[in-house]
Parts: sequence; structure tokens; C-alpha cells
Amino acid sequence: MDLFDTSVITGNLPEFWRGLWMTLQLTAVALLVGFAGAIPLAVARVSKNPAVRLPVSAYTYFFRGTPMLVQLLLIYYGAAQWEWMRAAWEEGQPFWLLFREPYFCALFAFGLNTCAYTVEIVAGSMRNTPHGEIEAAKAMGMSRFKALQRIVLPSALRRMIPSYSNEVILMLQGSAIASAVTLVDLTGAARNVYSRHFAPFESFIFVGLIYLVLTFMLVGLFKLAERRWLAHLAPRKALKTKEA
Amino acid sequence: MNALIEYSPSLFAGACVTLQVALLSLALAVATGLLGAACKLSPYLPLRLWTMLYTTVVRGVPDLVMMLLVFYGGQLLLNAVLDYFEWDFIEIDPFVAGVMTIGFVFGAYFTETFRGAFLSVSAGQLEAGRAYGMSGWQVFRRILFPQMLRFALPGIGNNWLVLLKSTAIVSMIGLSDMTRVADQAGRSTHQPFTFYLAVCVLYLAMTAISGYFLGRLTTRYNVGVRESHV
Repeated sequence: MDLFDTSVITGNLPEFWRGLWMTLQLTAVALLVGFAGAIPLAVARVSKNPAVRLPVSAYTYFFRGTPMLVQLLLIYYGAAQWEWMRAAWEEGQPFWLLFREPYFCALFAFGLNTCAYTVEIVAGSMRNTPHGEIEAAKAMGMSRFKALQRIVLPSALRRMIPSYSNEVILMLQGSAIASAVTLVDLTGAARNVYSRHFAPFESFIFVGLIYLVLTFMLVGLFKLAERRWLAHLAPRKALKTKEA
Repeated sequence: MNALIEYSPSLFAGACVTLQVALLSLALAVATGLLGAACKLSPYLPLRLWTMLYTTVVRGVPDLVMMLLVFYGGQLLLNAVLDYFEWDFIEIDPFVAGVMTIGFVFGAYFTETFRGAFLSVSAGQLEAGRAYGMSGWQVFRRILFPQMLRFALPGIGNNWLVLLKSTAIVSMIGLSDMTRVADQAGRSTHQPFTFYLAVCVLYLAMTAISGYFLGRLTTRYNVGVRESHV
């Protein structure tokens, strides 16, 4: 038997293509939602008031301490356990019906997960703001909110680019578990092709390469972002000395 | 709640499987990582290039894809080999496939951790060891390795926590770890939420216990190091 038959790949390109599209959607939407939620939560996370800080740290503790696969299964399969949820489904309430959709549940779980990690990244970056900058903002008469908006957040969001790029790549790779709730993402497409043709090498190596290319593209994009927004922190280039 | 008590023995057995997979993968990953770090620091260019290829590919491909490849592809490859030698059929065990994959994947992360840690030990210390007449192995065992471990411990701790959570995907190739046990128990009792939540609590407990041991190790390997406070 031939161990690598490229016609398995070329014959199923439309399915791989749809899978790629699904992977990109899941990753991008989850990252956007997670990032948007992370900024206010990070502000709460660094608050001095424990009533504000502790709920957020409990949230990040739970989502960073448990596997994303279990979180996804908890949301998708777990929802049906609640009687009020089933009642809402029977009444046809549109919001609660979303919890029967694997696509929504995956976005919900991935979004909550990446949000938790991003909260800690943003909060860590905010804590590292140079003391003098905050003092200067206060001396200029800025309110807490103004100082956050003008000084702390812009600089913290820049400085977190390297660690956030890691989170983005982990999210792309993490989205591979979407096939556990019947979604056909890249990995799901590979699993389907595998089971139809019994061709593990072709299908899994092919999508592995696609993931690899996507990762390289993300790494490249973040290099560009660093060059654009972190230029002031780059190591100083050696000055060319004039020849005497 | 009663269902949880009724199924607690199988959930406990699942937790043991999870721990076994995690600890065996850790051992494999640490061994691979030490080897990888040695290759990355070696003077031979081809060795360095191969290790670079390994760490890049592993970090660019999801561990689930790698695991499916090892589990299904490994079986096909094994069948081909067994056919060739006309041996009896051997089935690849999901446990073995899981441990191999997670060990291989995290070997790449440990390679980076150990490489950085080896470079952090000052060269003067090694020279001093040689000057005392120690052999290369003695310098490694008495001076390089214990100090390297101190620099590597934070990274090791991080990698371990990520590795522990990664083990959940072995349930997708049919191994009865605690996630899969929860899945089955949840279906038969119609209480999936309760069981998945129990799995989350078990993972959090494992993380907390590892935190305690990592703290003890850190104290042990930082003996005699003056801490600096800003």
C-alpha cells in the first residue's frame, strides 16, 4: 500500500478549505472578544479594592488552571443539564438557544479562555509601568481614568506585544479541539478525510503544514508590529563611526 | 451529588490515568529536552539545524494534530513493518501514543528552557571545576547540572502546568483519562455539567499540589543564593 498518496489531498481540497476558514473564524473572533474583554478586566485585576480584584482573579485562576477542552465540553454538553435551560430551549428563547450551537459554544469557551490569559498579560504589563510615569501623570493633574487612558494603557499594550503574540499562537493551536464538539475546522477536516480514505499521513501532515504556515505568518506579523510599536525599546543600533 | 459519589471510583481511576500520562510524558520530555539542549549548544552545525527544525515544527503544529498523526499514522506504519517481517498484528495503545506525543511536543519546550539555563551558568565556574582536577562528567554533575537546574526551575514549573492540562486531549483518541470518564458518566447520569466541573476541580487540585512541590524544589535549589529585593 502506498503510504503517501497526494490525490487524497487534492481530491479533498474544498473540505480542507472550509476547515481552514472555520479555524480562522474561530481563532480571530475568540481573540477579538477576549482582547476586548481583557482590558476592563485587567484594570479591575490591578485594583486595590479586593471586592473588584478578587472576582477577576478567581475567573482567571479557573480558566488558566483547567484544560480548554474540558471548558468547551462543560459549556457545550453541560448546558443541557439545567432544567431552566431546557425550558428556555423549548420556549425557543433565541439567546439560550445559542448554547445548543457548537459554533457559538466553541467561540464562547475559546473567548473566555483567551480572555483569562490576556487579562493576566495586560495586568502584568500594567504593573510594570515605570513608577515615575504615573507620578508625572498625577503631577499633571490627571484623574485616575485619564492617566489610565493616556499613560498606563497605551504603554502597557505596547510592552505586552511579545507575550501576547505567544497567546495568539496558542489560541490558533488550541482551536484544534473544536472538532470535539462536531465542528469541522482544519483538524476536523483532516479527521473526516482520514476516516473516509484511511490516509492518516496525507491528511494530518497536510493540515500540520497549514498550521505551521499560519504560525509563521503570525510570527511575521508580530515582528512587524513590534518594529512599529516597540521601536523605542529596540536595542540601539551601532552608530557608524566616520573614518578618521 | 449522589451520581458523583457513585462514580467517584471511576473518576479517581481516570485521575490516576491522567497523572500517569502526565508524569511519564514529563520524564520523556525532560530527557528529550536535555538531549535537545545539548544538541542546540553543540559545535556541529547539522545537529543544531535539526534541533532547530524540531523545536520550530513542534511549536507550529497543534498537539492534537500531532497526536492523531502518531496514533493513526503510527498504526499504519507499524502494520506495514509487521507485514514486511510477517509478524503478528500489534495494536498501538492510546496510552503509548499519548505519552509519546506529549513527551515529544514538550521536549521542544524543555529544550529551550534547558538551553537558556545551561547558558546562565557562568563559564568561570566550569573552569574552576576543571582547575580543581575534576573530570568533564564530575564538572557536569557537581557544578553545571545543579546550578543549571536553579535557572531552569521556573521554566520547568511552567512547562509542567501546561503539560498537565494538555493531557486532556488523550481522551480524544479513546484513552480513559478523567475527561473521558466524566464524558461517559455525564451521558449515563444526564449530569454532564457536574462531572466536567468535577474534572476542573481535580485539575485545579493537581495544579495546587504541584505548586507546593515546585516551591519546595525552588527553596532546595536556591540554597546559598542571596535574594535581591528592589
